[in-house]
Amino acid sequence: MNAPLPLTVIYVVYALGLLLTFGTILTWVERKQAAVMADRIGANRAYVRIPFTQIKLIWMGLFHGLADGIKMLLKEDFRAVPYDRVAYALGPWVTFIPVMLVFAVIPFGGSVAPGRLFPLLAGSYGDRAFPMQIASLDAGLLVVFAFSGLTIIGTMLAGWSSANKFALLGALRAGSQLISYELVMGLTIVGLILIYGTVDLDAIVRQQSGTVLGVLPAWGICYQPFAALLFLTAAIAENKRIPFDLPEAESELIAGYYTEYSAMKMGLFMFAEFIEIAIIAALFTTLFLGGYNLPWLTDAGFVLPGGHAFALPHALVVVTQMLTFLLKVLLLCSFQILVRWTLPRFRWDQLLRFAWKFMLPLALVNLGVTVAAVAWLRGLAA
Amino acid sequence: MSKQPHVRRRYWNEPSMGWWERAYVFEVGRGLGITGGVFLRNMWKWITGRKGALTTYYPEEKRADYAPANRGKHLLTQRPDGRPQCVACNMCATVCPAQCIEIDAAFDPDDASHPKYPARFEIDYSRCVFCGLCVEACPEDAIRMAPETPDLPGFDRDRMWVGRDELLSWNPQRDVAKPYPVARDAGPPR
Repeated sequence: MNAPLPLTVIYVVYALGLLLTFGTILTWVERKQAAVMADRIGANRAYVRIPFTQIKLIWMGLFHGLADGIKMLLKEDFRAVPYDRVAYALGPWVTFIPVMLVFAVIPFGGSVAPGRLFPLLAGSYGDRAFPMQIASLDAGLLVVFAFSGLTIIGTMLAGWSSANKFALLGALRAGSQLISYELVMGLTIVGLILIYGTVDLDAIVRQQSGTVLGVLPAWGICYQPFAALLFLTAAIAENKRIPFDLPEAESELIAGYYTEYSAMKMGLFMFAEFIEIAIIAALFTTLFLGGYNLPWLTDAGFVLPGGHAFALPHALVVVTQMLTFLLKVLLLCSFQILVRWTLPRFRWDQLLRFAWKFMLPLALVNLGVTVAAVAWLRGLAA
Repeated sequence: MSKQPHVRRRYWNEPSMGWWERAYVFEVGRGLGITGGVFLRNMWKWITGRKGALTTYYPEEKRADYAPANRGKHLLTQRPDGRPQCVACNMCATVCPAQCIEIDAAFDPDDASHPKYPARFEIDYSRCVFCGLCVEACPEDAIRMAPETPDLPGFDRDRMWVGRDELLSWNPQRDVAKPYPVARDAGPPR
């Protein structure tokens, strides 16, 4: 059931604000985390001076993201002599927009009942609760894959239309890499779909709210730990970040498929990359880490094993669930950044061999085992 | 051109990978453990109010371990009465390879033994290369270089000139190797 229009508008504003904030903040997180990992301090010189005073706000270098944005906006918008002007102009947008659209189907909180949150609205909404998700689609997971598949077209467009050999090479690498790893990603998810029996993301998250064997939270990672590892690896590869950054390897291809882009057009590619970190984290959280679920927290309150129950007010539950989701996403973003600053880059043949000879067979084995187990359990139940 | 195919040379200490390394995942996990451990250790230091980095925040924070012979900021030595030892001979300005010393000499009729003194003595630290030639050229032991470099960095080239009074007073030193007799009617320091 989709939320009514005013609520949907609020969701969209929240999601947009969240993603853009993540895109900006993650540049800072990346810098700082890399610095702390390397016994350094990290960027800390940009400041905002309060007008008419000498008070300089530094806030641990948080304004470096702002300075970067201003720099990108004010730089010369270099026009390459592209092979195809339309495709050249479309490239960044075709990469950027699908990344944002993926978030439309990701539930970022449990259900919210506006009538119970604000008594003023009780007249129009009554006691009805709506899922905190912009579009409650039955085909949620398929939509995710459809949109994330679109980014390949963006990179190919950008690389091909630049009329630059490096860009073209980068685009070719991006194309083959993304297709290879998308296959792995899809196959790892199939096992999860088999277990949950649905591709509706909201339903998947709801199924993860219980417990397994009374102790473990019923999160996807407990059912499919192997698939979780493969999925995260493939997702980082999808995002074209180190160690999978062959399409934009500076030492080999200048900047790969966006060599001929400058100013904010290049900024869009970078921004898309950073937002995709958050999207991957959100997707992984939704599929494998129980989304907004805390162990033993239901829509009514905490229900501890052993029969103890604490009732929580509705507003508190909503806020807790949203914060839980955000915290999980943040931790996963941090993990991705940890990976990015730890592992060296693959060689190109190693990259493809890793996808086709290592991850694909593992994903298939994982799927086979899952199929057998699910069939056996169904046979037991029947 | 030789017809022989290229054979890669084998070294006695060539690293080899066992199945553990070839499986990749375990070694990746180990690497992540190392970097993550460093990250957590440093973050714990930051959170508990200590410094989790080796970096020195330069202008705000100064290192105490400068070498004693380090050539840092210049200083002008003083005579016992506090006036500059410098006789404005312009040797340092002449030898300076960066040509960053500017001296305006002036005449002091009251001081018969050394009537020439610097009315203006300025060093442009945006050009100074800290070679120390000025110190070696000085016949009067009037200019020295301290090991430390306080307050040198600046945002503006025009503000990086340091004048006579600051050079005299930021680190006052009177143990001149070539002392002068005190002027009979020493006036106030100029």
